[in-house]
Amino acid sequence: MKYCERKIKRNTIYLSSEVTNMIKFFLLVNKQGQIRLSRYYEPMEIHKRTLLEVDIIKNCLPRTKDQCSFVEYKDIKLVYRQYAALFVVIGIDDAENELAVYELIHNFVEVLDKYFSRVCELDIMFNLDKVHIILDEMILNGRVVETNKSRILVPLLALDKMTES
Amino acid sequence: MCRHSEPLDRLRMPAPIRLRELIRTIRTARTQAEEREMIQKECASIRSSFREEDNTYRCRNVAKLLYMHMLGYPAHFGQLECLKLIASQKFTDKRIGYLGAMLLLDERQDVHLLMTNCIKNDLNHSTQYVQGLALCTLGCMGSSEMCRDLAGEVEKLLKTSNSYLRKKAALCAVHVIRKVPELMEMFLPATKNLLNEKNHGVLHTSVVLLTEMCERSPDMLAHFRKLVPQLVRILKNLIMSGYSPEHDVSGISDPFLQVRILRLLRMLGRNDDDSSEAMNDILAQVATNTETSKNVGNAILYETVLTIMDIKSESGLRVLAINILGRFLLNNDKNIRYVALTSLLKTVQTDHNAVQRHRSTIVDCLKDLDVSIKRRAMELSFALVNGNNIRGMMKELLYFLDLCDPEFKADCASGIFLAAEKYAPSKRWHIDTIMKVLTTAGSYVRDDAVPNLIQLITNSVEMHAYTVQKLYKAVLEDISQQPLVQVGAWCMGEYGDLLVSGQCEEEEPIQVTEDEVMDVLETLLQSNMSASVTRGYALTAIMKLSTRFTINVNRIKKIMSVYGSSIDVELQQRAVEYNALFRKFDHMRSALLERMPIMEKVTNGLTETAQTNGEAEPMKVEPKLLSTAPPSSNQANDLLDLLGGSDVTSVIRTVPPSKPNTVGGELLDLLGGLDLSG
Repeated sequence: MKYCERKIKRNTIYLSSEVTNMIKFFLLVNKQGQIRLSRYYEPMEIHKRTLLEVDIIKNCLPRTKDQCSFVEYKDIKLVYRQYAALFVVIGIDDAENELAVYELIHNFVEVLDKYFSRVCELDIMFNLDKVHIILDEMILNGRVVETNKSRILVPLLALDKMTES
Repeated sequence: MCRHSEPLDRLRMPAPIRLRELIRTIRTARTQAEEREMIQKECASIRSSFREEDNTYRCRNVAKLLYMHMLGYPAHFGQLECLKLIASQKFTDKRIGYLGAMLLLDERQDVHLLMTNCIKNDLNHSTQYVQGLALCTLGCMGSSEMCRDLAGEVEKLLKTSNSYLRKKAALCAVHVIRKVPELMEMFLPATKNLLNEKNHGVLHTSVVLLTEMCERSPDMLAHFRKLVPQLVRILKNLIMSGYSPEHDVSGISDPFLQVRILRLLRMLGRNDDDSSEAMNDILAQVATNTETSKNVGNAILYETVLTIMDIKSESGLRVLAINILGRFLLNNDKNIRYVALTSLLKTVQTDHNAVQRHRSTIVDCLKDLDVSIKRRAMELSFALVNGNNIRGMMKELLYFLDLCDPEFKADCASGIFLAAEKYAPSKRWHIDTIMKVLTTAGSYVRDDAVPNLIQLITNSVEMHAYTVQKLYKAVLEDISQQPLVQVGAWCMGEYGDLLVSGQCEEEEPIQVTEDEVMDVLETLLQSNMSASVTRGYALTAIMKLSTRFTINVNRIKKIMSVYGSSIDVELQQRAVEYNALFRKFDHMRSALLERMPIMEKVTNGLTETAQTNGEAEPMKVEPKLLSTAPPSSNQANDLLDLLGGSDVTSVIRTVPPSKPNTVGGELLDLLGGLDLSG
């Protein structure tokens, strides 16, 4: 098939199970390349994960503020957003709406902000289990469950109350 | 308290450190080696703690293990511990246990099946948070066996009135359906009143569930078409409702839900006139009323445009959609431009003319600094090339080829070749374009470009002199780009006589002597920069010149005898055979080395026809001919016996008579009705 036609056909919307329409992974990485949170929604071996994380840092870090937030990496798209020294990177496939995922990242950070009151990187580092709980309330198996900030925090606040008493 | 019962000779282990302590310790490590050491020490203490079956601190240890796993260290010995934690009654234990299961286990480990019973019990737990944990874990990593066992529980929870559980059950059902598609019908009754929910979380996940079911089965798709009015109503409420603090994002009410509903509408409206008509109004409303100042609004517009282009919308709506994309293209925000280029690429086939209107903006995007945008703009530019705009577009694309990063060059070069082949306004333009590509990005060109180009040149008979002149000049300047040099060598061999006689009509003919041409070809042969394939081309070209040039045949003979002992086997074989041509078959030499005939046009761009001529065709042809050499050598021997030739030791590469071509044909004609089947 000719080059142009092949490329166009790949971009056509298929009605088949090839299009999984989901988030593949969710990463929080800092500028030095240290992983602060990682969640994979597709099984991936551990050495492949480290390679992937290194590659992502290489791709996202040198980009400037006025460059596109979407990077194509192999067969997935990376949507990243920088908050101070922390990068939030989500890997999606072709079918997802990139701008919506971009908003999702901001939503997640706002939830963290609400819970930790002016969240910083150390908060995430030392309360990793709680951040995981928040993430699980928002994203299940690569798809969005809930975006309402107060509802997301309900179980976590209940848990906190339980451990206090 | 429980430690008093332990035997006294056992060394009392201090309580394992908390996760925070571990993190603090690791932070103090200054090198990778130090960190590794700390982690190994901690791993060892965790392992011994696990061996002791310590219930109190298991939770803490697994939490630390998960942290170390995140950093990239192996943590598989913690898998069974996760199961033990899940079986515990304490919520904190269960929480870490399930998290561990999601992070460490997947269906490839046999251990995961042991979880099935625990999950089943937890799905029926009295506390909703425990049920939620179980649903979450099952939905993330449940294997097909687990899903089959537990699908009934999930279905029950899908019908509950508790919205917290319902939304999780919906996504768990999505996972079950993906793993075990046959169970889809089981969830059908539960979906009946999913859309009547007020809770946005449940609505959102229900729409995802419906989308998944429609994607998998066309029957379901037809069944759910009746939901279109309800979906339209929900969307309308979202847009029309005033400020609602619960779901507001930058002034827009629950954009995530809006995007999801739009996508489901897209799926339902595709190829269906009635549904598409029911949606037309709401799509127009969303497209015109959404705020575009923030990213949120643009996300919704993007989804709307994709939906409009995919369903059977009326033409007014389609024009509106393309205009929105045009506006996106002019936006300063790079993200939005990227998104616009992606959508235009998806729609360029169906609405070609509409997209053509934005061609100049798209071509401008080629000059953007951002890599993602450049790639999209390049793909879209190739899709927009047609007979009318080929000259202008090609200028821009060649300019882009010159300046772009190496990762783009191969794709761009291939695209230019294809476009030129389809829409070239004249042969001269075509050859000029290909020459420019070869000189700017010669080393990135794909392998099949060389034979294609050779075929093209052969077929444009009137351009031979012009072509060889241009190639000669290019090769003089730069011999490092292999594809350029290969084509140049081939042409010089074929049309060297035209070059020397200065017959070029298209442009100012240059004065070239036969010696100069020979010098260039010899330089190619000897240069370190030439690949061995290129050397083969050069040697053959020199040989061909023996019939086209009048003087200097001795020089050629000398070169052939030198290369007859070359280390490179390929060159040696060629040189030996050409030597044989000089010595014993000189009378056949001019016939064998005649001009190439017009080759058939090949549709798939492969080099099938390039090997019709038996003599001196490069690499790909060699294996074929070598395999046919033994049988044809018998024929050759018969031939030569008849001609009274003496003992033949070397195998001559004669033309296989089965292939229809002029050279072989002429030989056969010369010999009349000779039976060569020998």
